[in-house]
Amino acid sequence: MSTNLLAIKNLHAIVAGSNAQENNSQQEVKEILHGIDLNIGQGEVHVILGPNGSGKSTLMNVIMGHPSYEVTEGSIELEGEDIKELPVYQRSRKGIFLSFQNPEEIPGITVENLLRTAKQAVTGKPVKLMKFRKELENTMTELQIDKSYGQRYVNVGFSGGEKKRNEILQLLMLQPKLALLDETDSGLDVDAVQIVSQGIQKFHNENNACLIITHNTRILEQLQVDKVHVLLQGKIVAEGGQELIDKINSQGFGFLQNEQE
Amino acid sequence: MEKKKTYVEDIERTLYDIRNEDRSSYKVEQGLTEQIIRDIAAKKHDPQWMLDFRLGSLQEYYRQSLPEWGPDLSELNMDQIVTYVQPDAKMAGRWEDVPEDIKDTFDRLGIPEAEQTSLAGVGAQYDSEVVYHSIQEDLVKQGVIYTDMETALREHEAIVREHFMQLVPPKDHKFAALHGAVWSGGSFVYVPEGVKVEIPLQSYFRLNAAGAGQFEHTLIILEKNSSLHFIEGCSAPKYNVTNLHAGCVELFVGEGARLRYSTIENWSRNMMNLNTKRAIVEKNGIIEWVSGSFGSHVSMLYPCSVLHGENARCEFTGVTFASKGQNLDTGASVIHAAPYTSANISTRTISKSGGQATYRSAVKVTEKAHHAKCSVNCESLMLDDISRSDTLPAMDIQGDEADIGHEATIGRISDEAVFYLMSRGISEDEAKAMIVRGFVEPIAKELPLEYAVEMNNLVNIELEGAMG
Repeated sequence: MSTNLLAIKNLHAIVAGSNAQENNSQQEVKEILHGIDLNIGQGEVHVILGPNGSGKSTLMNVIMGHPSYEVTEGSIELEGEDIKELPVYQRSRKGIFLSFQNPEEIPGITVENLLRTAKQAVTGKPVKLMKFRKELENTMTELQIDKSYGQRYVNVGFSGGEKKRNEILQLLMLQPKLALLDETDSGLDVDAVQIVSQGIQKFHNENNACLIITHNTRILEQLQVDKVHVLLQGKIVAEGGQELIDKINSQGFGFLQNEQE
Repeated sequence: MEKKKTYVEDIERTLYDIRNEDRSSYKVEQGLTEQIIRDIAAKKHDPQWMLDFRLGSLQEYYRQSLPEWGPDLSELNMDQIVTYVQPDAKMAGRWEDVPEDIKDTFDRLGIPEAEQTSLAGVGAQYDSEVVYHSIQEDLVKQGVIYTDMETALREHEAIVREHFMQLVPPKDHKFAALHGAVWSGGSFVYVPEGVKVEIPLQSYFRLNAAGAGQFEHTLIILEKNSSLHFIEGCSAPKYNVTNLHAGCVELFVGEGARLRYSTIENWSRNMMNLNTKRAIVEKNGIIEWVSGSFGSHVSMLYPCSVLHGENARCEFTGVTFASKGQNLDTGASVIHAAPYTSANISTRTISKSGGQATYRSAVKVTEKAHHAKCSVNCESLMLDDISRSDTLPAMDIQGDEADIGHEATIGRISDEAVFYLMSRGISEDEAKAMIVRGFVEPIAKELPLEYAVEMNNLVNIELEGAMG
């Protein structure tokens, strides 16, 4: 039994500000997550499957602390500490990393500047410039990112594939304990999926963990998946191992929806 | 996560608000009379034509009324402004000769460091007189003249007389007239034909005495196929009495010449900055403006480029940051007066804590200027709900086949971008500051390194404690 890294208990989340009591209107409370339980141990790889709109991205955003969502019930513990009240940057500093489905474009901030600032923030130590540069260059080479991208503005003018590789670059440079990968493989061609997949493989070791949302199981081929969770309408409706992926690959989510009804 | 709005407390400006003991040896009476003008001219040993010019300008000043557009200038009372203050320091050629307290002020503003970083020369204006001035010997050998305006008037009278306020005539507006009457100090640069000045020339201006206006005149003349980068920076200590700055910059860019004129103005928050800057560019010549407007209470500043010769070009890059109690009305204007002239205007404005930033531009294409090309791009960022940002572009196109484009955006800091940076461990304050710095980065990268650093520091000072 591995050490527990992330423990989510009975997690309910709503769209921020949709609480009728708060905004004093008749507007419906938009609850998106209806009681999620999820445990991820050190060294594990978990996969979340589910149709569009089932709450997969919301779950990751809530773990990261996105201000658009509000946790109304339950807890999120990282290494035994409840983090649900912590601001986003402190969650990051405690070791959570989110690879965005649609990474933001940030004009005027270079990739290198972002990574240097982030690395300093996450490690709490001054970054040694030469060592950092070398590490950055090596990692970029591994991900087949041209070195010139270090001086480009974050995601500005990047193709979909370049944005995703840039997310993996950050993952490898920041070395979090828990990587949340939100469709990191979507919109990528076969070669790019391969590169991203290798990046994740390189990142993963017995001391960290990955939670992966994907529609394309190719990315999982080189990873040992420990557990699969199927999310439907804000609830986990099925859990299993690799065999569940195979079943959904061949049958879709239909059989689960039928079970629900 | 708790969401907080951007707000700001009064800004700590101690670095820039260093006030020295008033060491003026000579002050004119308050208010503006013909006698005062005669006193100034006598004290400065002006030639007769300059005295006449001053007196003519004074008449123009009386005739003109305050502009009826733009920010409110009613709190300006010329009767209370001491127009001329002369520190008792003499011109010094070496840094060691500059009086200690003046030096200390410059030290804190980082000027010696600027010089140490291979700048060609420093002409720093303290109050109305240039107290320190140096220029590299090889420039002198190449025939480059870089001196203060008083010396230029004595030693290069013919060139000064030919150009002085020809580009910005006193009748242009009330403050140009005022400038013509009371101008004092400033820089003079003359670059002979074919000479390329490789390192930037730099001068700093600073106001010190309470209630003193500053009316420095910058005159730069580039002969055919020459090139120069001139850097001007301003920072003033804070006083209670309303301060007025009505400087004048005239840039003559000869055929095939290239001038880059960079400036960051960081006046104290009680300054009325009513500066007039104009360039005339001959055939195939290029004027590049890099302009940063930070401090001041009210600013009206619209550097103008007259593209006088065929294929003349203008590049204008500007940033304006308006905070609490500030009304910064800035922009640029271009007059296409010859065929195939082109201009590229790119500006960024930021407003916060109730600050008001207006971008105002005027593009004129005369009948003669067929195939003129002009592109205007201005982006505004408002950091809160109480600040204001306006964009007022004016275009007057008379030439044929003109290609004119205007693009304006007004926006706020994106919550998603802040979330993205925070998810990388960066605090909310720093994330927002990074985004603002990124917003002005296209301007910062045009600046010489130490200026880019200064601008970053200014942005940081502005944002300190501003983000929750």
